[in-house]
Amino acid sequence: MAVLLTENNKIIVQGITGKEGSFHTAQMLEYGTKLVGGVTPGKGGQESEHGLPIFNSVKDAVKETGADTTVIFVPPSFAADAVIEALNAGIKLAVCITEGIPVKDMAKIIPYVRNSDMKLIGPNCPGIISPGIGKIGIMPGFIHTPGKIGVISRSGTLTYEAVGQLSALGLGQSTCIGIGGDPIIGLPHLEAVKLMAEDPDTEGIVMIGEIGGTAEEEASVYIKQNVKKPVVGFIAGQTAPPGRRMGHAGAIISGGAGTAETKMKAMSDAGIYVCESPAEIGLKMKEALG
Amino acid sequence: MKIHEYQAKEILRKYKITVPNGEVTENPSDAGAIYNKLGTPVVVVKAQIHAGGRGKGGGVKLAKSETEAEELAKQIIGMNLVTHQTGPEGKEVLRVLIEEGMDIKHEFYAGITLDRKQSKPVMMVSTEGGMDIEEVAEKTPDKIIKETIDPNLGLLPNQASYLSYALGLEGDYAKQARNFFLGLWKAYDNEDASLVEINPLVTTGDGRVLALDCKIDFDDNALYRHADLPELRDLTEEDPLEVEASKYHLNYVRLDGAIGCMVNGAGLAMATMDIIKYAGSSPANFLDVGGGANPETVTNGFKIILSDKNVKGIFVNIFGGIVRCDRIANGIVEAAKNVDINVPLVVRLAGTNAELAKEILENSGIQMIVANDLKDGAEKIVGAINN
Repeated sequence: MAVLLTENNKIIVQGITGKEGSFHTAQMLEYGTKLVGGVTPGKGGQESEHGLPIFNSVKDAVKETGADTTVIFVPPSFAADAVIEALNAGIKLAVCITEGIPVKDMAKIIPYVRNSDMKLIGPNCPGIISPGIGKIGIMPGFIHTPGKIGVISRSGTLTYEAVGQLSALGLGQSTCIGIGGDPIIGLPHLEAVKLMAEDPDTEGIVMIGEIGGTAEEEASVYIKQNVKKPVVGFIAGQTAPPGRRMGHAGAIISGGAGTAETKMKAMSDAGIYVCESPAEIGLKMKEALG
Repeated sequence: MKIHEYQAKEILRKYKITVPNGEVTENPSDAGAIYNKLGTPVVVVKAQIHAGGRGKGGGVKLAKSETEAEELAKQIIGMNLVTHQTGPEGKEVLRVLIEEGMDIKHEFYAGITLDRKQSKPVMMVSTEGGMDIEEVAEKTPDKIIKETIDPNLGLLPNQASYLSYALGLEGDYAKQARNFFLGLWKAYDNEDASLVEINPLVTTGDGRVLALDCKIDFDDNALYRHADLPELRDLTEEDPLEVEASKYHLNYVRLDGAIGCMVNGAGLAMATMDIIKYAGSSPANFLDVGGGANPETVTNGFKIILSDKNVKGIFVNIFGGIVRCDRIANGIVEAAKNVDINVPLVVRLAGTNAELAKEILENSGIQMIVANDLKDGAEKIVGAINN
């Protein structure tokens, strides 16, 4: 089976009429994802080019469609507001794809998200895919195959790389979660690992981290104490110099913390199969499964 | 975005935080007049570059007369200042800040930044001011006092008060420090800063609490709502190639290795740098061409990479997801026609229509090595530059 995204999610798209939102709505539908509508204020009552009903607000969409999941494509200056709109409307899972949200905006809303029963994935992430069931996000569906490996990652194309390696070796995926590359995200590594660890149909976990922050270290401590399934880890940015932001707002070594070295050591101490090379992720998982 | 000390102090003034009297100049002959205007027997002449560690590198000096101020300004302006943050190549000093001297009683540290673990800002203070705070944090962590700030409430007066007494301050000094901390939070919050650091924060014999030095970094994602901030950007402080790349909306960071890389996506770009190292060489840059990777971005990417004279070979690593690889391959072929690529080129395309893309590349007549996967690509480019 899968975590977060199963056959039961009823999904809406916030920003469905925007360029990105519209394009990826078509892609999600093509993959077989169960979308029930979209939200664009001012266009309520109309139908999207994909034939989905458009609502003026998330509240209206939830009332009319029973939606419990949303994917957010709204521009950075409105994205934090869109997350809170979803929360207040009773959404249980929000996936925020938007890149470039100011840190202050996220810092202000995150306490509300943590105190609610809504899970937030992202922002600045590729989304979630449960191969064969559906995808909520922007990842290319066809590289994934249904299976038993859970993938957790802070980045987009690097996740595709890892998934490509797994699929090529015949290792399908239960769910892949792109948790996002920003300094503040809704669902950090640790929480994603817990979901995968508790999922009876996930047999192995791939955790792809990056320099910056200490989320991988925290997840490693949890894994050491609680996770019996094999975990394969990789940290991107082993060659990155301190103080320089490597694309993602969160990928920066500051104040001596967040180096690849300390993260890899924490993973290794936790019994995680650590890949030094990003080309080894699939092979290491195969080895770990025995 | 980073700014200079004198610019950061201007911002502090806006929030009613006391900073030393002073003036900035690019012209050494102004220094004497500034000395006289400040009216203190001693003034401090401070090199204005973004990097820290200026004092140790000889960029901060005391002057006791009009002529000495001019001499020192002449010495510092135009000097190549090397600090632990500039790298061995150093940084040319274009201007100095000249400030009043003062009778310093104590030096403290105060800073605000994001605590990523809690997703909340944190204010940190220490009695160990004027020192490398990272070293203090490592060796004597108990000497750093922290208050987590609720982003929706802001730094509360009780927290500011707690911090000032925790530094051992009393009476009017404690009161001033409390207001100082509240102002510092306001500056951090209102200006969308990612870091505000006062090192040292000082108390003086004449009863003042002020920011002797100041560093402010801003959240790039929030610059759109601060019309006045982008003009504080000093392009001479940035790598010219990085400035050029930013014009094309390319995410480029210059490094010191031999292999230029062009990749789509930040995580994969970092991983590509890593695998080059793993294969026995080192990356010349980080370059994320973004999700689009069309002929234009690829052409500009090649131009930027090749402007770096250390580049001995180029590794293009694209994972085509939504964007089809055959389109990217055509982009690369077109770009290679427009740019004279005079070093070995290895291209690895994966994802949608990768096989078709490979054919396009192989039949293009352009000198390049097509790689099958990440490992193959890294080994081929490292092999090619070693031949």
